[in-house]
This record gives sequence, structure tokens and C-alpha cells, in this order.
Amino acid sequence: MENLVAALTVFVLAVFVGFEIITKIPPTLHTPLMSGSNAISGVTLIGALLSAGAQHTELTTWLGFIAVVFATVNVVGGFMVTNRMLSMFRRK
Amino acid sequence: MSPNFINFAYLVAATLFIWGLKGLTHPRTAVQGNRYGALAMFVAVAATLLDQQILSFEWILLGIVIGGLIGAVLAAKIAMTDMPQLVALFNGFGGGASVLVAGAALLEAGMPTTAAATNTFTVATATSGIIGAVTFSGSIIAFAKLQELMSGNPIMFPGQKTLNVLVALVSVALGAWIVIEPTAVEPYWIMTAAALLLGVLIVIPIGGADMPVIIAFLNAASGLAAAATGFVLSNNILIVAGSLVGASGLILTQIMCKAMNRSLGNVFFGGVGGTVVVGAGNEIYEGKIKSTSAEEVAMLFDVAKRVVIVPGYGMAVAQAQHAVRDMANILESRGIEVEYAIHPVAGRMPGHMNVLLAEAEVPYEKLKEMVHINPTFDQTDVALVIGANDVVNPLARENNSGPISGMPILDVDKARTVVVIKRSLSPGFAGIANPLFAADNTLMYFASAKEAILDLVAALKEG
Repeated sequence: MENLVAALTVFVLAVFVGFEIITKIPPTLHTPLMSGSNAISGVTLIGALLSAGAQHTELTTWLGFIAVVFATVNVVGGFMVTNRMLSMFRRK
Repeated sequence: MSPNFINFAYLVAATLFIWGLKGLTHPRTAVQGNRYGALAMFVAVAATLLDQQILSFEWILLGIVIGGLIGAVLAAKIAMTDMPQLVALFNGFGGGASVLVAGAALLEAGMPTTAAATNTFTVATATSGIIGAVTFSGSIIAFAKLQELMSGNPIMFPGQKTLNVLVALVSVALGAWIVIEPTAVEPYWIMTAAALLLGVLIVIPIGGADMPVIIAFLNAASGLAAAATGFVLSNNILIVAGSLVGASGLILTQIMCKAMNRSLGNVFFGGVGGTVVVGAGNEIYEGKIKSTSAEEVAMLFDVAKRVVIVPGYGMAVAQAQHAVRDMANILESRGIEVEYAIHPVAGRMPGHMNVLLAEAEVPYEKLKEMVHINPTFDQTDVALVIGANDVVNPLARENNSGPISGMPILDVDKARTVVVIKRSLSPGFAGIANPLFAADNTLMYFASAKEAILDLVAALKEG
């Protein structure tokens, strides 16, 4: 129960921080915001690493392995494409 | 390595994620911000690899190499026009990973060596599985629609809503089963299958122009799935990063809905688009359409002081953004003020037009939001509408029950002259006629966006 409250506290505070920052992002940058936050949501990679590396059973290792592939596509692709887009935004 | 050290590293990563997002609030700091985000991910991954639970690295390494290569190739090769489907695909992968991680965690929890599963754990596992699966299949359908692997029109059938609610209830009921009986793993996979079906059902009735909403929504869902996985693993970095993304996606969803004056429910169940009334607009257009040519428009520009360019999805499809930039350069070299009016839902994802124009090296300070550009149209000599339709339709201002009624539009009709570049008089996504085309101050230039602009550039150079 204690764990749940602690986790919920973190969750609620992070949502608020998210709302505060993201409402300040100009519409010009909404596409890079989506691809960048997309890359951040690939943070599931961390869970995938634990499943793939812990080697509890063959099945969990496989599930973890596929999850690592999926999440890494998300992370690497997301950050790279965001970088590519953002470097196109220039001043005159 | 001690858990304390790992958690400390996660705190550093969380701070960097927030810092990174903060960088995105301005184009000048955005590249740096994105790098902070990537650094945060690196710190979090590196710290996790020090965890004692991890006994073997070969599968991890192989997975990272394969995933990294696929991601890098996609990111490097994708055309900017195709960005919406790439983001949809990445969303799907994130959601899919959450499903698998939660499933693996449930399997591990069922083993005799581990402590009994708590309710928090099982509720989070079911949540992660459902949201992740909906995100995965929904994103794949969105990808297929945007990539034109399937029709972009809404797919509707009788009893659709009832079926959606039923499938949703079935997956929630199976989720509840997991909470009551955590050692039963089969219900988790059946629940996932039901949620996958739900994702498909949610996205098939969504038409092309509603894609910005659904992509933003799936973005939020991929974040929330990651946050739920964080509750499964009691891992703070997943919770923080996931909820940041969830918040971001929800805000964008809300902005997109507002820009179309529609509720999220209406987008999901309204099925707007694809139903074109045959012959609609004949009486509005009859005898009032004035068509024009490159030479005539070039002459208009000769006496203009201020030109506003209104790009729509048609410009993106025709890949005309570079030609548009060349034309704007010529106009500016003649002392004409040129700005771009960007409607929030122009294109197929939030901010899509801005990226396309940035790719063509249009400086970002020339890209104006609707609220800022609208008051300037009455001092504008020429408003040049390129492949946009519904977002400049004055019918939106009328208070009736039309599909775009109440939607905020760009007030191009207030400009002295409006030039609309469009291939035909066919209606836009909303399937209704546009009285703008028949207005006294409107000239129709019938051509594809790219040809039209190239001809205009040629005419300007001659003139």
C-alpha cells in the first residue's frame, strides 16, 4: 500500500509538470514534440531489459527480447528523427 | 550495484527528461532539449544494466542492435511528408513493448520463488496490457491508413458502437480476472487479444483529416501504457517518463479537438468524411467561379505589398513546399511581405505543415498561428491558398449543424484578393461545398499545387 501511494504521488506530480511544460510549447514544434515524447515513451525499454536479462524462463526471455527490439526502435528512431526535424528549424 | 545508486541515476534521468521537454518550448533550444532527452534515456538504460537481476546480456545486446538499426534507418530515410505514419508506427512499438513487459512480469510473479502478487501489481499489469494493446493495434491501423495500405475513409457498420463497448467490457472483465487470480496467465493473453481488437475497432472509423487527433491520442496512450508498466515494476523512471508523455499527448489531443470544434467522442464515433454529397455546391458555384492563370496571379503580385500563403494537405501531397519557398523568395526580393498562415489541423498530424516548411528552409518566425494571422487578413493584398479547403470554409462561421460548424477557420476571405490553387472544385474532407470559391474576391487556379507554383515562379521571372 505504501508503495502504491508513493508511486501515485510520483505519477500525479509528473502529470502536472508535464501539463505545465507542454502547454508552453509553440504549435510550430508540435510534430517534433510528438516524435520526441514518443521516443521518451520508449522508456519501457528499461522494463524490457529486466525481462530479457533476468532469464527466469525461456518464455519471459523471449518476451523481453521482443520488447527490447520494439522499444529500441521507438527510442532510437524517435530521438533521431526528432533531431533531424529540429535541425531544420532555422531563423532567417 | 546497489538499488539506491540505480534509483539515484533514475532521478537524474527524470530531471533530464523534464529539462529536455522544457528545451522544446523554443526552436532555438529545441535541438539541445532533444539531446537531453536522449542523454536521459542513455543514463536510465545504463543504470538498469547494472541491476543485479540481469544475468545475461546477449539477448539484450542483440535486441538493442536490431531495434537500433531499424529505428535509425527509418529515422534517416523517412520523407517529412510521411512523418505522421512514422510517429504512428513508433507509438505502436512503444505500446507493444509495454504489453510484452507486463506479460513477462506476470509470468515471473507466478513463479514460486517470487513474492505473492499484490493488487497494485495485478491492476497495473491489466491496465498496461489493455492500453498497450490498444495503442499497438490502433497505431498499426493508423499507419496503414496514412501509408495508404488501406482506404483512409471511415469504415462504419451497424452496431459498431455496441460492439466497441462489448469488446472493451470483455477486456476489462478479463483484466479483473487477473486481479482475482494472479497465477492465471492465459486470461492476460486473451485480454490482450480483446484489447488488440478494440484498438482496430477504435481506429477504423477515423477518416484522414481526423488523423491528427487520433495520432495525438495514441501518443498519450503509449505514454500511459509506459506509466502503467512503471506501476507493474515499481519503477519510478517509467512512471515519470510515461506520465510526461501521457500529459503531452492529452494536451495535443485537446488542442486538435478544439481546432475542429469537435469533442473526442465525436471524432471517435462521428465518422466524419468519406460521405460526399454528389452535386453538392452546384447552386453555390453555378456561374460564379472565376478561374485564373499564372500570368494573372503574377500581375496581382506586382501590385501587392503583403501576401499570406495558406498551405494545406494538398501542398504536402504535391511536395510543393520547396517551390513555394522559391516563390516566396522572389516575392520578398521585390519588397513584398510574405507570411504563412498555419491552421492547427492542417496536414495529418499536429505541426505537420511547420515541419514541411522548415524542411524547405522557410524561417520559423514567418509561420504564423491562426490567432495571430487572422487579424492581419484585412491588410493582406493576396491570400494564396494552396491545397487547403475546409480550414478556409466560411460556412464554419454559420451557426448550423453542418460538419464544420463552429470550427475556427483562417479568415482568408477578408483579404483583398484570394487565389485558391486546387485541382478541382471537389469538396474537402468534410464533404461540403466551399462558398469561398464562389466569392467575388476569389480567383480559382485549377492545377496541382506543384505545377501551379512552378508556373507562377516562371511567370514572376518573366514579368
